[in-house]
Amino acid sequence: MTKKMKKTRNRILIVLGIFVLLLVLSHLGILDPLPWWGRFLIYLVPYLMIGYDVLRKAVINISHGQVFDENFLMMIATFGAFGIGEYSEALAVMLFYQVGELFQSYAVGKSRNSIADMMSIAPESAGLVREDQTVEEVEPSEVPVGATIVVRAGEKVPLDGVVLEGSSFLDTAALTGESVPRRVDVGSEVISGCVNGDGVLRIRTTKAYEDSTVARILDLVENASNKKSRMENFITRFARYYTPVVTLGAVLLAVVPPLLGLMPFSDAIRRACIFLIVSCPCALVISVPLGFFGGIGAGSRIGVLVKGSNFLEAVAQADVFIFDKTGTLTRGEFRVVNVIPARDGAYDRDELLEIAAYGEGMSNHPIASSIRTCYGKNLELSRLSDAEEVAGKGIIVHLDGVELLLGNTALLQSRGITCEPCDQAGTIVYVAYHGHYIGCIVISDMTKDGAAEAIADLKATGVKRTIMLTGDRKEAAAAVANALSIDEVHAELLPTDKVFEVEKVLNDLHNNKGESGEKVAFVGDGINDAPVLMRADVGIAMGSLGSDAAIEAADIVLMDDDVRKIARIVRIARKTLRIVKQNIFFALAVKVIILVLGAMGLASMWLAVFGDVGVAVLAILNAMRTLGEDGKAK
Amino acid sequence: MKKSYKCEVDCANCAAKMEEAVLKLEGVKSARVNFMTQKFTLEADDDRYDEVLKAAVKACKNVEPDCEIEI
Repeated sequence: MTKKMKKTRNRILIVLGIFVLLLVLSHLGILDPLPWWGRFLIYLVPYLMIGYDVLRKAVINISHGQVFDENFLMMIATFGAFGIGEYSEALAVMLFYQVGELFQSYAVGKSRNSIADMMSIAPESAGLVREDQTVEEVEPSEVPVGATIVVRAGEKVPLDGVVLEGSSFLDTAALTGESVPRRVDVGSEVISGCVNGDGVLRIRTTKAYEDSTVARILDLVENASNKKSRMENFITRFARYYTPVVTLGAVLLAVVPPLLGLMPFSDAIRRACIFLIVSCPCALVISVPLGFFGGIGAGSRIGVLVKGSNFLEAVAQADVFIFDKTGTLTRGEFRVVNVIPARDGAYDRDELLEIAAYGEGMSNHPIASSIRTCYGKNLELSRLSDAEEVAGKGIIVHLDGVELLLGNTALLQSRGITCEPCDQAGTIVYVAYHGHYIGCIVISDMTKDGAAEAIADLKATGVKRTIMLTGDRKEAAAAVANALSIDEVHAELLPTDKVFEVEKVLNDLHNNKGESGEKVAFVGDGINDAPVLMRADVGIAMGSLGSDAAIEAADIVLMDDDVRKIARIVRIARKTLRIVKQNIFFALAVKVIILVLGAMGLASMWLAVFGDVGVAVLAILNAMRTLGEDGKAK
Repeated sequence: MKKSYKCEVDCANCAAKMEEAVLKLEGVKSARVNFMTQKFTLEADDDRYDEVLKAAVKACKNVEPDCEIEI
């Protein structure tokens, strides 16, 4: 509780005591002999004690031309109650209002803190090593690039850098939501925000604090709640009309029925006061952003960064998920899965692999390194000469002066060599030596751990279509899609084709439905697919612990590249939306009911105050439920 | 230039009203009063920034006398 809140609390307690005392006295009839002004004064003193700040603000705001302000409405309502002789009601309403306001700011403060705590990855200080080797604790923002810092066991790494001395395990839980320790040694790159496990590390900083991972993430999350969701915009617009309309209703209610002779003025004014109290839109205005804030907080706890309330809203409505294959559903690491010598038997398996490894000796393509890794022995590169890469086909090189071809069928055919076609899934490298086909090597990318689970889980949340896009061969793509049970595959695409495919899906959806209720999400590794990430309604990228390109282009970032988190963030987003809708509906319904009852003379002012602050508090408590959601399947 | 300031504001509706008032000012490119993070973000042209910021704070105070913006 802040100082301000404690002061209000004490004031409330004192006035509450007085109020109870007055209630008892009036029940015992002790106040009865007093003239009306005597009783008025007795109630006026505690009323001013509890309500002076409301009155002060009301007056200031009127002088600034702010007529429909909450304080002003409370002032008019309680003055009205005094005017019709309901002294105790006037005091009670003001008291109850203050109790509600206090509780409201307490609840908001509490939820704000719990969200802030959850994202407490910001380091408090950095141990900077001075020239004379003494260590000084300074603000992380004061450490220059290239400086040496010391991180002791249990401390957070304050800035991105490279380990100079020491080795340790780093806990990345605060960044990724999973506490998987990562081993670091001399020369390893370390990322700020991780917690140092056991050893002491000396780190040379490679980035200033503002550019460090931790600062960038904090910035992202804070700015996330700046991007308003559609629902939030709707409510702000709604509030702009709601208050004046209800206030106008109150004026009409106070004036028209008495003039028509339907009821006395005092009765009409009492009903009008109820209108005024309920006219504040605070419950609505507060519960929507609070709900989204909680949802974004819940996401960041499982290592998913959502860059705006609007994206949380969109991912909840996403019906079509389009995946990039390499690096997203597969590891992007190639491995030799089969070595098949030609049927003539001129070379056996090992000889074929050795020749192929030499053929790929000069290349740094991932496929080349996978063949070399499989071969495993050192290469005498002096045996190679005249290497030439044929784009999109393969490599032509000379081994011991004899032409060696490695590549697809087209490359071999261009030299008039026929090969034995291989229909295994994966990338196939055909090898020809001395002008003859000698065999092929099958290389495949492994599907990621949990990729199948991720797709199944996503379907369990009710996602209608899953599509995979890839530049890879049809056979390889189909094998992956089958293993993961993905609905549709589009293979052999160039990067520009991917944008085209996504646009096609977007157009189909919007044409069929005629409205944009359904959204398309694209999931990529964020390296070559920035245009596609931007084009989709929601772009989800692999963060790989701080890849700038991914974090820039995407709307949602999976910090640990775990595709299983997609279904979880969908569940979190849906729950957030559900809670926000409940709040809007609940607050509006209560207000409308109280307005109707009030107009008919069936509601008391107490009920009206509940309709204002009570509803706000309930909406806040409801919004807080978003924080606890972890998105796991129930 | 776009900068954020700490901003104490008590109610969500007040924050929305402050934001609306600042957005109406001349020279303001974008503005956001974030009730949840208690931050006020203002974007305006560099050469007029200080002037616009002053006007923005004044506009906020006008709508919500109890708000505090730390510059």
